[in-house]
Amino acid sequence: MKKSVIFSALTIAGLSASAAAAGTLDDVKARGKLNCGVTTGLVGFAAPNADGRWEGFDVAVCRAVAVATLGDENAVEFVPTTGKTRFTALASGEIDMLARNTTWTLSRDADLKFTFVGVNYYDGQGFMAPKDLGVASAKDLDGATVCIQTGTTTELNLADFFRSNNISYEPVPIETNAEAQQQYLAGACDVFTTDASGLAATRATFENPADHVLLPEIVSKEPLGPLVRHGDSEWGDIVRWSLNAMITAEELGITSANAAEMSAGTNNPEINRLLGSEGTLGEMLGLSADWAKNIIMTQGNYGEVFENNIGENTAIGLSRGLNSQWTDGGLIYSPPFR
Amino acid sequence: MVDSTKSVAFVRTEDAPSLPPPSSAAGPVKWLRENLFATPANAILTVLSLIAIYLLLRDFLPWLLNGVWNSDSLAGCREVLQGATGGCFAVLTERWNQLLFGFTYPTDLYWRPTVAFALFFLAAAPVLFFDLPRKLLIFTALFPFIAYYLIWGGSIWTPILSLVGIIVGYIVYSRLVVSSFAAGFFGAILAAVIVWIVGGSFVPDGFAVEGSMRSVPSRDLGGFMLNMMLGVTCVSLSVPIGIALALGRQSSMPLIKFVCVIFIEFIRGVPLITLLFVASVMLAYFFPPEATVDLFLRVVIMITLFSAAYIAEVVRGGLAALPKGQYEAGDSLGLDYPQAMRLIILPQALKISIPGIVNIAVGLFKDTVLVSVISMFDLIGMIRGPIPASPDWNGVYWELFGFASVLFFICCYGISQYSQWLERRLATDHR
Repeated sequence: MKKSVIFSALTIAGLSASAAAAGTLDDVKARGKLNCGVTTGLVGFAAPNADGRWEGFDVAVCRAVAVATLGDENAVEFVPTTGKTRFTALASGEIDMLARNTTWTLSRDADLKFTFVGVNYYDGQGFMAPKDLGVASAKDLDGATVCIQTGTTTELNLADFFRSNNISYEPVPIETNAEAQQQYLAGACDVFTTDASGLAATRATFENPADHVLLPEIVSKEPLGPLVRHGDSEWGDIVRWSLNAMITAEELGITSANAAEMSAGTNNPEINRLLGSEGTLGEMLGLSADWAKNIIMTQGNYGEVFENNIGENTAIGLSRGLNSQWTDGGLIYSPPFR
Repeated sequence: MVDSTKSVAFVRTEDAPSLPPPSSAAGPVKWLRENLFATPANAILTVLSLIAIYLLLRDFLPWLLNGVWNSDSLAGCREVLQGATGGCFAVLTERWNQLLFGFTYPTDLYWRPTVAFALFFLAAAPVLFFDLPRKLLIFTALFPFIAYYLIWGGSIWTPILSLVGIIVGYIVYSRLVVSSFAAGFFGAILAAVIVWIVGGSFVPDGFAVEGSMRSVPSRDLGGFMLNMMLGVTCVSLSVPIGIALALGRQSSMPLIKFVCVIFIEFIRGVPLITLLFVASVMLAYFFPPEATVDLFLRVVIMITLFSAAYIAEVVRGGLAALPKGQYEAGDSLGLDYPQAMRLIILPQALKISIPGIVNIAVGLFKDTVLVSVISMFDLIGMIRGPIPASPDWNGVYWELFGFASVLFFICCYGISQYSQWLERRLATDHR
């Protein structure tokens, strides 16, 4: 009975803190922390390191927004969410934004009432199979057992792909990626399917990566990006342009190393506008003038974030591919800072 | 006198030395024959079991004994092993702190939960072993406040204020209980609440503590520490609530009986994981965004309600097992309901219920790992999420789950051994 009393005392204290019905930006500023939803752990995209500090490609987006709004990359409360809890967490206001490699779809936009502010990684669903299986194409997989993560778009894409090709399959539903790896290695399924980035990362951890092949088919479009709730477009703008700032910085050649130097003023007006030495872009968003400069100085530009977390020099070893700048033939493209 | 040494030649005068028993009737051979090869079917089973054990050990022992304990990543382990079989236990040596305390609990504050854990044994001892001096129970009563202060830190006034409220409530109770139990009970609650509200307005609010006793938010708790905290808190809260529910279900007052029956049957009819999902996501809809109750508290409430319903049914079984004469004896002595329950019925009923309550406690402790599905990082949450998601340890699996099994086995086996000792000690059978 004694402990219950402490808790009720805490409850009363918690309830007495009244809620302010202001915009998300004001809430975040009043709280002094950004609540950002991330995965419970996905290699390269979001995971705590040995010191308990969150690192990863999606984490950088959270930190960028925290830098833009609060000026401190550590002013983030990372709220780990699973595939099932992520949308309720965002809809209920437990988190301010979600950066959890979530696929942008029409129903999530319109039906679940979220705003996807952009795309930070273009992915697609692929298949991995042991070399011994001797399949060269996903269309040879008639009757195969397939390991698949539940509650994701990959589950639905898989059904669509097999139906449209008139072949049958046996799904083996699995909760987390780590379990899927073990099931696949133990031979519980012939094929493992998930986003191609995840497959590459998974294969890199195998004892003999060469024994497994990635099949050439990419069966879906998976534009992954950060999202916010409907109803606060000003907040959506801040998250959108925080991401765009990193993308534009790469396009303009601004890096974490030279941002400070360039912010003194250059002869390229867009760089000046981005870094805040010219114009009032920050003010329009309700942020300080040097918001984008701070993002780039702490997180780096899009290319740097990519290389540090999932690029070819990391254990995951993804090439830029679709995620190159549009100037290099990729899809990464930011509207102009004007 | 006849000389006894002189005798007929063919009659022996002394016993022949006894021969050792035939090898088939003594020693290990006899044991083997009786226990392992008594019948042909038995012999076949023995051989099959030996083969099974051999096959298991043949794969398991090299993995265990050849394991790598010193490396900074899975790739490092594989380099050391050079293709040989062996576990990568280096993940345990590098991440043991995250497995035990979660990944966000401040590293320099690990001593606080450790001290709380050590004190827990001191506090639990007088409850578990009756032979210890009863004065130790004072420490048990103080322990929740000390543990709260150690684990969460922050302002020392929160636990002190709670403690003062309880003490005032107890004084009020002991004054009023003479006239009526109900007056004492509700008077005590009222007095405690008044103390908290009045005291709360005096205690400096938002008083930040720095240094070694700084505040740690519930969100930062994790690892096996979280399982231990949930297990201990929920068991100790659900036993009194369960007893109250069991008594309520037997009450002759229709309203109380009705409420208790509905509560128990509802909770028992719903899976725990559903309740946890309600706690983690649904409740957030009912509160304004900034006024949510702490997630740890929500989970504690749900698990406590869940196990209280089960404990209530166990205690009800104990109550039903008592002969009717015991109830009548209480009435004939002129005791009122609370007195009869406290002095006659419950001591006997609880004694009968001990195995069932311990059974539920063990189950509850293991069920605490279910919080990993609502993205709390308890021991299993760490193993399923962050650790295999770090680039260094992606792909490590069995070593981590083996570690978790060992920890849980130690705890649950300990609880079960204690309960067997307790049963022998109390000899609960009514033969």
